[in-house]
Amino acid sequence: MNIYVCIKQVPDTEATILVKDGKSINEANVKWIISPYDEYAIEEALKLKEKLSGSKVTAVCLGPERAQNALRTALAMGADSAVHVDCAVVLDSANTAKALAHVIRADKDFGVVFLGRQAIDDDASQLHILLAEELSIPVATNVLAFAFDGQKVRVEREIDEGAREVIEMAVPCAVAAAKGLNTPRYASMMGIMKAKKIEIRKVTLAETGVGEAANLVSLLKLSSPAEKPQGRVIPGEPAAAVHELVKLLRDEAKVL
Amino acid sequence: MANIGLYIELKKGGFKKANRELLTLAAKSGHKVHAVVFCADPQPYMDELRGVQVVVQVQGADLSYQPDRYAATLAAVIEEFKLDAFLGAFSAQGKDLFPRLAAKAKAGLISDCLAVDLEKRQAIKPVYSGKLLAEYRVEGQRALFTVRPNVIPVEAVVAGSAPELKSMALDMTEPRTRIVEVIQSASQRVDLTEAEIIVSGGRAMKARENFVILEDLAKVLNAGVGASRAAVDAGFASSDMQVGQTGKVVNPKLYIACGISGAIQHFVGMKTSKVIVAINKDPEAPIFKKADYGIVGDLFTVVPLLKEEIKKALG
Ligand SMILES: Cc1cc2nc3c(=O)[nH]c(=O)nc-3n(C[C@H](O)[C@H](O)[C@H](O)COP(=O)(O)OP(=O)(O)OC[C@H]3O[C@@H](n4cnc5c(N)ncnc54)[C@H](O)[C@@H]3O)c2cc1C
Repeated sequence: MNIYVCIKQVPDTEATILVKDGKSINEANVKWIISPYDEYAIEEALKLKEKLSGSKVTAVCLGPERAQNALRTALAMGADSAVHVDCAVVLDSANTAKALAHVIRADKDFGVVFLGRQAIDDDASQLHILLAEELSIPVATNVLAFAFDGQKVRVEREIDEGAREVIEMAVPCAVAAAKGLNTPRYASMMGIMKAKKIEIRKVTLAETGVGEAANLVSLLKLSSPAEKPQGRVIPGEPAAAVHELVKLLRDEAKVL
Repeated sequence: MANIGLYIELKKGGFKKANRELLTLAAKSGHKVHAVVFCADPQPYMDELRGVQVVVQVQGADLSYQPDRYAATLAAVIEEFKLDAFLGAFSAQGKDLFPRLAAKAKAGLISDCLAVDLEKRQAIKPVYSGKLLAEYRVEGQRALFTVRPNVIPVEAVVAGSAPELKSMALDMTEPRTRIVEVIQSASQRVDLTEAEIIVSGGRAMKARENFVILEDLAKVLNAGVGASRAAVDAGFASSDMQVGQTGKVVNPKLYIACGISGAIQHFVGMKTSKVIVAINKDPEAPIFKKADYGIVGDLFTVVPLLKEEIKKALG
């Protein structure tokens, strides 16, 4: 099976994010990582490949030049090939889906497409579904368990209060990972060496026929939220402090 | 005047609180509001929906949630009633349904909105896990929004004349994505994304059994129980309880963090809580910089005391 995994490069979870000129972030000193949910997607793609002999994993990443580093990491983890959709402009989710679909559709034997349930930069939480709709294939999101019996894909996804929906889909299909699906592997030394020799195929945005002019959602402004003033520690022995806390919660904060 | 549509989400036939938040938002806009509800009998919900102008009842032989069918039906509703904007909750179902609808209706979707301006088709949503806020605009004919639960304060319904009742048939196309079973969770829990109060435990809980003391406190408060990733990864709590960047984003009026250090990845998942209380034995723990109220002490002493004190206070 030709397995695909779509990944996004985002700032590290620890990074302080500052606004630059109202519409973008200051990228100086930002360390870039693969969005954590996409790491679960990569892992699941690799696990599926290991079960199905003769299959291969292709990682696809849309983004500027630096996105190649994310693809190198995916290759080092075990992906066989990588496609970089070179895009320096801001696309909305629908256009990103179109551009990625262009790459995947070109392979008429594509099977399962793995993604993360959201990227931790724009947190738009919709690309995976828009991509699947673009490709006219079924899709499940927030997936915690994945199985393929050679015929169909069966997944479990978390809904409210820990309840789960069990979903069956024919292949090709798309699966969007949640935390808990697996534990992503680290790249081995050998993997890193091997990855260096693989050529990343580059696709220009023009080749995909997609442009930012067609965005259905446009970003107007980024800002930093107001920070809460620092709170206070209630002094005293536990019993006295707890007594005081309950009083404050009831009379001052009015949340009890 | 514009036509606004709301997706009314039912859970086991019950009316979700998030619906009331959407109804408040829509009523304030002054536009014609259409509430769309998938049910065999809308009567039980008519009191809740008495403030809207049109109730669209979707009927069908089997109304159990199938995302493809629901999305196709809603796309037809949007077409039929010429809806300019359509809103739902950013709930587990909303996250699954609205992007499908966006594709089918060829409309832009802004997800997880904190505020929506229906006039301008603009919304504010958190990005970078809430480290920044972004203002977006939907271009084109139709706009879709999902709204974060617990953000909009619910206001009393102002009822005008009784809503018009219309009906639509459920799309019966064979779904590509098929839900074959719903597994209920063993325990009856308060849903964290909608909870008013949350009691959370961290690595300091030391063992799964110890979560009982948090559950006892939660019972008194009718609260949900959450956990840090460290507690989940150590096996003390189940993964659906995880709050934070790779867990749930929660938004209660009161969040009580017990034995949680306050790492950025946890904080971004609960920072919009109205009031944060931290209980931690380390006075230097970063959580104290972010909490409204803190108590320095051993959670195994403080939490049971707190339960008793709250019991007393609530009489
Ligand atoms: C990509 C990524 C994603 C992440 N996503 C999340 C996420 O979604 N959610 C999340 O929570 N974390 C997340 N993390 C992990 C996060 O960085 C922290 O490691 C985690 O939040 C720490 O959990 P903790 O506070 O329970 O544990 P610790 O940091 O170990 O803190 C335990 C605290 O308990 C206190 N303590 C110990 N004993 C007692 C006692 N008896 N009484 C009172 N206090 C006591 C200690 O003083 C300490 O402050 C993520 C990390 C990464 C890299």
